[in-house]
Amino acid sequence: MDFRDSPEEAAFRSRLRAWLAENNPGLPVSSTDDEYWARQAEWHTALYDAGFFGLSWPSRFGGHDRPSVFDVILDEELAAAGAPPRPSLGYLVQGITTHGSEAVQERFLPGLISGRERWCQGFSEPDAGSDLASLRTTARRDGDEYVIDGYKIWTSYSDVADWCFLLARTDPDVPKHKGLSAFAVPMHQPGIQQRSLRMINGITKEFGQVTFDGARVPAENRIGEPGEGWRIAMTIVSHEREPGEVGYVARYAKTVKDLEATVRADPGAFRSDQREAVAWAHVQAEMLRLHVRRRLSERMERVDHGPGGSIDKLLMTWVEQTVGAAALSVAGPRALLDGDDVALKIYLYSRAQSVMGGTSQIQKNIVATRILGLPTG
Amino acid sequence: MDTRDTPEQAELRRTARRLARDLGPRTVADLDDDKRKQRLAEAVRDAGWLELRQDGGDGAPLAGGVEAAIIAEALGEAVADVPFAGPLLAADLARRAGARPLEGAVVAFSPDLIGAAVVSGPVTRSRVVAVDCAAAGPASAYVLAPEGDGYRLASLELDGASGGADLTRAVRPLPVGAPLHPIPDQSRLLTGADLEAWAALGLALASADLVGLMRGVLDLSVAYAQQRRQYGVPIGAFQAVQHLLAEARCLLEGAFSAALYPAWAVDQLPPQEACAAGRVAKAYGARAARAVCETAVQVHGGMGNTWDCIVHVHLRRALLSSGWFGDDGEQLRQLQRTRLGVADGLS
Repeated sequence: MDFRDSPEEAAFRSRLRAWLAENNPGLPVSSTDDEYWARQAEWHTALYDAGFFGLSWPSRFGGHDRPSVFDVILDEELAAAGAPPRPSLGYLVQGITTHGSEAVQERFLPGLISGRERWCQGFSEPDAGSDLASLRTTARRDGDEYVIDGYKIWTSYSDVADWCFLLARTDPDVPKHKGLSAFAVPMHQPGIQQRSLRMINGITKEFGQVTFDGARVPAENRIGEPGEGWRIAMTIVSHEREPGEVGYVARYAKTVKDLEATVRADPGAFRSDQREAVAWAHVQAEMLRLHVRRRLSERMERVDHGPGGSIDKLLMTWVEQTVGAAALSVAGPRALLDGDDVALKIYLYSRAQSVMGGTSQIQKNIVATRILGLPTG
Repeated sequence: MDTRDTPEQAELRRTARRLARDLGPRTVADLDDDKRKQRLAEAVRDAGWLELRQDGGDGAPLAGGVEAAIIAEALGEAVADVPFAGPLLAADLARRAGARPLEGAVVAFSPDLIGAAVVSGPVTRSRVVAVDCAAAGPASAYVLAPEGDGYRLASLELDGASGGADLTRAVRPLPVGAPLHPIPDQSRLLTGADLEAWAALGLALASADLVGLMRGVLDLSVAYAQQRRQYGVPIGAFQAVQHLLAEARCLLEGAFSAALYPAWAVDQLPPQEACAAGRVAKAYGARAARAVCETAVQVHGGMGNTWDCIVHVHLRRALLSSGWFGDDGEQLRQLQRTRLGVADGLS
């Protein structure tokens, strides 16, 4: 057990720190301001071009073949610099790497990793949220293509996406989990309409809804075999639930750091419960940082696509909602008198964490039945 | 950076868990089995675990905080009724003072359990307590006697019997008026930094104990939920029960991740940083363990509220480990002081 940086890790950390000192784009706190998402692509490509993104992914696709703990260093330094978190698309990389053919990997991974091609994830539908397998969007084979019809919702970044990682029903005659397939669907085509959704904190650039009306996708863009969609979706969501994969630790640590600075400037101006809320948020964020260190250390043995991500997701959710509540507490009446207050937006956005990527209730079902081995009801 | 156990640490983890499981109490009645208790104490002594923090010859301890925490966690998991952290902390304090450890000694704590008792003359307050000591019979406890800028060690003989909330570890009040014995071979005064480094070890061991307790009590609760039937099905099939246990499992994992760091930091980082890591682990672990043990009592239902159901043994032990070196409220107060610049006295 060694928490210290190896010489290689230390060298990487200091290179990254020096780069961040010059290249922090100073974006607003993510998910509190539309400007953040407008400029996120720029941040992605800057991070990538400087050699600081895709650290543990294969170099032939633009990654760096480094041990996964380098992502811990990235998250820690981003937080320390007050820079935006790393783009959270590792779960799509895991899905494509695990299930895509060599040709699919070669075609899609480099653009996904470099940020030159933007992606969204078309899983949820209005009537298929927690019960994802009941989704009704169809993909019908037509020669060398599939024709897509249906409706996706809560699709993050659909407004800027070039590609949609789509889950659709290819076989209506088999049990619901078995009739699904996955596709890389080009978003820029007449059969696709995208509209933004406004989230409860007012931002409009993150959430979308997408209508597929006779949209077409070449059969070679199918990821995995026909009927493999459910397994692919499970691989993806298991990683979408991991803080080590999505890099949110940096976001929480940055908020806590800002809250601490606010209180430190004039401790007497805050009530003891407000100060305690900040101290507790620090404890929670620090726990998650250490938890990610542990998980990514374990990953040096092997990448586990199992149900452990549900534990991580619940931990991450508690952290985000603790941090969000602390931000609201420290802001006090200010957040109530100004509807554009950042603390208010951080707090409101934190309520999404217990829903996105599978609700907390679904995560608890998974932990109970697949990790604790309790009987299914 | 690699937070995994080394092969030696993994082996120690297996050995410690096996020993604690084989010789620890399985039932509340087992707590009265003196022969078993004796075997457990001998096994811990023979394994050399009580000597881990003694001077290895160059001023450094024989084994690291990680190894000590691995054993503490295993003993907590089995609610093992044997002194471990108490004697280990005494040996660690003696080492920092450059003194040979007294056989079987522990450290006396102030009444708030937060730190080592500071005593200038014979003990006048009877609520100064030795923690995790032999339950009865002769034993000694260290106290700190101020001298110049630092502290000199002194020892006291214990005589009272134990009687704390924790049924597996003894707390014994120090006799009022008992004379202080000097520690003649102490070669240097203990500094504030020494005490901070020592407290970091205490926080790490208490946090590890809490992790073990959560692991042990959760295993019992999951097993019970699978076996106990109501409405014709195991109660573990009900989502309401499942979600309680799932939350408990997450709290355990988070507490474990947080507790590894101070155990490592004790020997690797400056005292202040090690202590800060310990405070994070302890604050998280204390709240988590309380919730997990309370869940265990709840899942065990009516049985869980009877003396003969063992889960209250875990809960009681968690209460002592949470309070030892300061509970979650105290850790958050200290973090406010160090991180938010909140001065003492600000309410």
